[in-house]
Amino acid sequence: MILEVEKPLLELERKIRELQEVDRAAGVDLSAEIRLLERKAQELKENIFGNLSAWDRVQLARHVERPATLDYVTHLFTDFVELHGDRFHGDDPAVVGGLARFQGRPCLVLGHQKGKGTRENLARNFGMPNPEGFRKAGRLMRLAARFGRPIFTFVDTPGAYPGIEAEERGQFEAIASNLALMSELPVPILTVVIGEGGSGGALGIALADRVLILENSVYSVISPEGCASILWRDAARAEEAAAALGLTSQTLKRLGLVDEVLPEPLGGAHRDPAGTFRTVQEALSRHLKTLLDVEEHALLDARYSKYRQMAVMGDL
Amino acid sequence: MAGLFDSLRARRPRVDKVATPALPSDHWVKCSGCGNAIYRASFLENRKVCEKCSHHHRMSARERLELLADPGSFEEWDAGLVSVDPLGFGQDYLDKLKSDRERTGLSDGLLSGACTLDGIPVALGIMDFGFRGGSMGSVVGEKVVRVLERAAERRIPALLVTCSGGARMQEGMLSLMQMGRTCAAVRRLNRVPAPFLVIMTDPTTAGVAASFAALGDVILAEPGAIIGFSGRRVVEQTIRQKLPPGFQSSEFYLEHGFLDRVVPRSELKDTVTAILGMLAVPAEVGR
Repeated sequence: MILEVEKPLLELERKIRELQEVDRAAGVDLSAEIRLLERKAQELKENIFGNLSAWDRVQLARHVERPATLDYVTHLFTDFVELHGDRFHGDDPAVVGGLARFQGRPCLVLGHQKGKGTRENLARNFGMPNPEGFRKAGRLMRLAARFGRPIFTFVDTPGAYPGIEAEERGQFEAIASNLALMSELPVPILTVVIGEGGSGGALGIALADRVLILENSVYSVISPEGCASILWRDAARAEEAAAALGLTSQTLKRLGLVDEVLPEPLGGAHRDPAGTFRTVQEALSRHLKTLLDVEEHALLDARYSKYRQMAVMGDL
Repeated sequence: MAGLFDSLRARRPRVDKVATPALPSDHWVKCSGCGNAIYRASFLENRKVCEKCSHHHRMSARERLELLADPGSFEEWDAGLVSVDPLGFGQDYLDKLKSDRERTGLSDGLLSGACTLDGIPVALGIMDFGFRGGSMGSVVGEKVVRVLERAAERRIPALLVTCSGGARMQEGMLSLMQMGRTCAAVRRLNRVPAPFLVIMTDPTTAGVAASFAALGDVILAEPGAIIGFSGRRVVEQTIRQKLPPGFQSSEFYLEHGFLDRVVPRSELKDTVTAILGMLAVPAEVGR
């Protein structure tokens, strides 16, 4: 998948590779030209990725190569044992979760899981949970809380699945119950929005003591396409809607709805996954440390006050 | 094309703009449920329920208040809280807020306050579809939270009447967060414990259905109300097939176990007071 904005950069990078090839194969010294082009590429990169529009970020957040929940589980956690099922209806592959260790400490980790290709995406339902996905998450979080284990959640979903059976099995109840549950679990809850934060389907596992968001992730009350088709009856105006919805990490930070924006490698998380994992790990480690020092009732009071303040209003 | 008209027909009952006087005289209203003309005075007498087909037409928050609260018992809370435009959506949005305020006489999409129901003190909140489709932004969320918190402080029941298409899009993520904070406030009320009753009316969907509305200790719904998480159109587009009749109605959710009762409007107050009478009194008295 190639983004519109990065096309000139990819073109330049291809040229550099060609020159390097010639340099090596033909023994012609092109190092000066190569250096020049590399400098240009770097400038171009800074130019492109320093001025991303909200819509560009939506594309980056949805990028198929962007690290997904299980990539973070693999690189940030050890001893992961995946646990399945909601004990009512089934197991939702759009949500993964299990016990693991974070820097040696036993914990629970869970998140939405998108697929890397069409086949896996079909199996994972594109990361869109059914009610049993939220209920599995709820069951695992209750388990973690009973044993005093901190909870890490990773958000990456277009939204809760809008299907007949999902509605029949109470999608609305499943999300609401998780919100109520997460407001009162007496263990630290840390959330990272790693890609797409799609409305209630995202929030359903994201009521937390700390909500961190990667720089190019987006988190929105409605998809830009959905917003455009409701407001202007024209899904093609999604770009405009993306700008209006305030869905970028910077806007969310300004409104006090997320706690920290985590910088991504230039060009997005998928261009340097290892660097991204390091950033996320450092941030989670730092926040967990401060939360572990807090007493149970103080933790819950702080969580309540944090959400209590999320309103912007005026007086008549 | 046939499919398009089918879906328009299937959706028709949902666009029930409240009883517009479609007939030559103001004395008659046309029921959007059955299309029959009804004499306005008897329509209002019948609490906006069609005498021919029993279709429950939408009521404003003030009409609901009159239906539920003991006369003269209501003291309004937070009447001065108004929505702003935190994301800079634009003048058009601010103008709509202003005209909705003027038309409904409400500061935003929820009317709240203290009142009694058959003498039982209750913290009451009523959503009004006439104000931006009852959508929940900061003000609606804040007022819901305050209703729940005041009920908890006073150890009295909270009653919320929902009527909303979901989150207020123009407040972006601030609206989404109202889901979380209202749910957190419900849990605090649960711990008191004080009863939390919800009456779902048409429509109760998306961010409101998927937050405090779903958490009532007892959840009642009016007949034929549209309830659900995803919009009908979105579901249809996703699965590319026709939806079963009655999909996402009160009766549908009663059948699937997510509601306690579907209650006709004429029995609503009696049902609520009967339940509150058994839950709201101190445990010692109940024993």
